[in-house]
Amino acid sequence: MGMNFSHLRPLAAALALTGAICVAGAGAHAQQSADVSISVKDHQFDPAEVHAPANKALSIAVKNLDKTVMEFESGALRVEKVIPAGGTGVVHVRPLPPGRYEFFDDFHRKTRGHLIVP
Amino acid sequence: MLAALLIVFREVFEAGLIVGIIMAVTAGVVGRGLWVAGGVAAGVLGACLVALFTDGLSQLFGGDGQELFNAGILAFAVVMLTWHNVWMARHGRQLAAELQAAGEAVVSGSKSLAALAIVVAIAVLREGSEVVLFLYGVAAAQGGASWGMAIGGFVGLILGSLVCLATYLGLITIPTRYLFGVTSTLIAFLAAGLAAQAIAFLQQAGILTALDQTVWNTSWLLSDSSFLGRALHTLIGYVDQPSAMQLIVYTATLVMIATLMKLFSAPARRPQQVSASAKTA
Repeated sequence: MGMNFSHLRPLAAALALTGAICVAGAGAHAQQSADVSISVKDHQFDPAEVHAPANKALSIAVKNLDKTVMEFESGALRVEKVIPAGGTGVVHVRPLPPGRYEFFDDFHRKTRGHLIVP
Repeated sequence: MLAALLIVFREVFEAGLIVGIIMAVTAGVVGRGLWVAGGVAAGVLGACLVALFTDGLSQLFGGDGQELFNAGILAFAVVMLTWHNVWMARHGRQLAAELQAAGEAVVSGSKSLAALAIVVAIAVLREGSEVVLFLYGVAAAQGGASWGMAIGGFVGLILGSLVCLATYLGLITIPTRYLFGVTSTLIAFLAAGLAAQAIAFLQQAGILTALDQTVWNTSWLLSDSSFLGRALHTLIGYVDQPSAMQLIVYTATLVMIATLMKLFSAPARRPQQVSASAKTA
């Protein structure tokens, strides 16, 4: 009765393999010093305006100095990361063409800043 | 109060779209209410756990814990949704025949129900963890939960649940002969959207850096943070500035689901064999 699910075993194996690769990749992925550093205190980004060179992949480190959790988010930069109180989160951003990229705290929408790529 | 209302509404609305679709997909299957409710309960519990362990989770895997966790559960949801569609392609005709016969319990439906319940749990967990974290943060800043926050959150929950109800009611008006096709399509696009989201997290963690250039920018047309944009984001994975890798994985997911459904679809049977196999299944 019912269908034979042995066809799904390859799928499960693929999933497990993907998981293993992710874990291995993450382990090898050392935490280097970030290209851009921002801190958040009293629900304000410091600095609120940051700069980065064009067409170069970069990492942004956000340190949450407030006592409440925040979520660093940006549609344009394609990042979304919860940063606990007192914690630091690092996000990686693709090489960017010149422009102005807004970011904000999703849990406290008034906290906003922007990244300028000349 | 308004902040709590808005954020709870936004997250419940997104989970509500998915739950509404799954409720419509399983309409008529015996016991599905319990399975979906179980999924929601598991999701809420999971959301609380994730919120509780956010600190530790974030620090896992060299700081990539959050992204890997999100990508992992999203990928798992994609597998579950794919399994459902393939299972329905195999058994859908048989299921529809059984449902139309008065009062027949569909025991075999429970295999697909478990997969869908897991998807519900994942959707509720993803959106719920943000709600829990936000409300906890507000409460901590205020020195405790306030009536304003509780009322705002409650109203947001009600409004978000109305979206779930509206989605469900809207879908079940579709005539049965089209329902399978429509829901299979919705599920396929849902899965593709989740797969693209998983890719975004892997790119954010710096684990996946290939093909990360932005292919188009339609934020002038429809921003994915607008109300309609978020609805489309949840339903079909709309992103106003997708990366090339996201588009490739999105398309590949749709192709994979369509191919697997075709591969495993029930072979055409002669009429007398249909009723015999329906009884023995």
